[in-house]
Amino acid sequence: MVPTTYYIVLSAILFGLGVLAFLFKRNIITIFMSIELMLNAVNLAFVAFSQASGKLDGQLFVLFVIIVAAAEAAVGLGIVILIARNRQTLNVERVDLLKL
Amino acid sequence: MIDFLSAHAELIITLIKIALLMFIVLTVNAYLTWFERKVVAHMQSRWGPHRVGPHGLMQPLADGLKFLFKEDAMPAGVDKFVYLLAPLLALALALTSIGVIPFGPEPIRLLGHNIWLYIANPSIGLLVLFAITALGVYGVALAGWSSNSKYPLLGGLRSSAQMISYELSLTLSVVGVLLMANSFNLTEIINAQSHPAWGIGILGWNIFSGPFPQILGFFCFYIAAIAETNRVPFDLPEAESELVAGFHTEYSSFKFAMFFIAEYTSMITVSCLCTILFFGGWLSPFPQSWTFTYYLPSLLLVPTALWIIWDGIRYETIWGKLVLPVIGGGLLLVGIALAIPQLQFVNVFIQGPFWLLGKILVFLFVYVWLRGTLPRFRYDQLMAFGWKLLLPVSIANVVLTSFFVLWRSNP
Amino acid sequence: MTAELLVFFLLAALSVAGAVSLIFQKHPIHSALSLIVVMVALAGLYLLMGAEFVAAVQIIVYGGAIMVLFVFVIMLLNAGLEEHTSESKLAGFPGILLALALMGFVATTLARSAGSFVSSATDGGKIVANLSSTRQLSTMIFKDFVYPFELTSFLILIAILGAIVLAQRES
Repeated sequence: MVPTTYYIVLSAILFGLGVLAFLFKRNIITIFMSIELMLNAVNLAFVAFSQASGKLDGQLFVLFVIIVAAAEAAVGLGIVILIARNRQTLNVERVDLLKL
Repeated sequence: MIDFLSAHAELIITLIKIALLMFIVLTVNAYLTWFERKVVAHMQSRWGPHRVGPHGLMQPLADGLKFLFKEDAMPAGVDKFVYLLAPLLALALALTSIGVIPFGPEPIRLLGHNIWLYIANPSIGLLVLFAITALGVYGVALAGWSSNSKYPLLGGLRSSAQMISYELSLTLSVVGVLLMANSFNLTEIINAQSHPAWGIGILGWNIFSGPFPQILGFFCFYIAAIAETNRVPFDLPEAESELVAGFHTEYSSFKFAMFFIAEYTSMITVSCLCTILFFGGWLSPFPQSWTFTYYLPSLLLVPTALWIIWDGIRYETIWGKLVLPVIGGGLLLVGIALAIPQLQFVNVFIQGPFWLLGKILVFLFVYVWLRGTLPRFRYDQLMAFGWKLLLPVSIANVVLTSFFVLWRSNP
Repeated sequence: MTAELLVFFLLAALSVAGAVSLIFQKHPIHSALSLIVVMVALAGLYLLMGAEFVAAVQIIVYGGAIMVLFVFVIMLLNAGLEEHTSESKLAGFPGILLALALMGFVATTLARSAGSFVSSATDGGKIVANLSSTRQLSTMIFKDFVYPFELTSFLILIAILGAIVLAQRES
């Protein structure tokens, strides 16, 4: 069996990479993708904890996270399409006014 | 060497099974194109392929050679990596999904090993299949995007929208079957259908059996599955009258053949799934007490073989006169051998695969039949049909089935 | 090294490579493909841990629905190469250092709590023997967690309404 610590470290690395991607990318869609990456990293930690504790709760949380992520993607991508339609750009730096 | 073989027997058996299954699936694919062209041709009062070999039987081989030797043109401005990845992805996913299908109830016993008629039998078999189907969208969508051309892009967009929409109905329509079988495992789903009312096999199949016959579920599943495989009447992604050839317009030579093989392989997978989920898989439709139905394979083979021999003797070309009687003779021998009492165990073993393959053939024929009969949907009709009719009906099927299952368990 | 550990390191390397490539790819489609690689590798890790159902759902929902939506939107908007506007190299360097520090901090904290998890699980807590049991998972969803589950359906309904309102063109 692979030690739980390995999974946790991997999860932390993926989360960190997600944060980096979030900070460095300039395209709204890619920024959104890095949020998904962070959620995935957290899911990995959940499943690893579920395996370590011998209970299924962790896996259940993952299912809920996936549901929330799906809802978030639907609304988020709707917003992205709206921004692209109104601003003709996907660069976050050009989306700097509160009004349309 | 011998030590290595005996230590890793399972691994080697699996590798051999994979190679064999690939060979069979690819051959069946090739002859499926022949079958489709022949059947559609006869539906339209034509002859279909009949130049290469007797009855055009060598046509698939000629087509394959043509695909291999054609110039492999790559348009300018494509995204090379994604352009090459897309057909590979489509083909690999389509071929992987076949590996989960169980083709028979009993293992072959050989040298002390049980060789089962599947490559993998995961306890979440159906979910694995759906996962692979879900990834199949990328082949089409990425091919459309990476070609850097407007028709493929439109085809790719259409296909991703269509496949996401129909995947919902596809998944929901099998929930009824899962409720009745209490398992995701394909073997257990088939075995759950082996307790028919009054002992008549056909009444145990999910499409006819209680507590709630899955007729609605089956129709939703089959329609959604046809849409998932991008076949007529849902072949919007490659509608040739509007989009030239849709997502594979810019693909030539063997890369096009890969898309082609992927499409036909997923047709086979869908037919297998229909058979397994709704039509009892390898179970015979007759009552179990009718042992004389065991002779049905030979009863079918012998007249077919005789007809092929007779047809071969009448055939115009010398090739036909030679090849067809040989094929017919081989089939005749197999048919007679199956009826010999000393080979009874072979006949008993072959019953499961016989019924499974027979039913799969019926569904493949329906695919071709639909292509020969139905016109293509308009895009808005396709979306409205998927969301406003198919999805509510499959949800209703889930609700009704769960109600009846609950009612049966505690009335 | 056991076979299981080997598989773990292969999948872990694959997922980290995917995540790094998500950062360095210039085109959104390539970033999306890298993220799909991460997700499939994670599904493999879930299988390794025996969480079969979660692995399947990960591929079906993340790989087959959410990421397809991303690819679809990228294709629809015809998003080109990413442009770089602010060229502050100076800010990037401490950014990387801080992210590394965050990684280390999260890893050590979580790993320490993972150790306590193992010890607390053995002393009398109800231990579920079969972690790959889809049946037990569904029993938990529909018995112990039925209210959160119902709430998620409301969440999805709200999300659908929100998406429709957002996507509607003003007439």
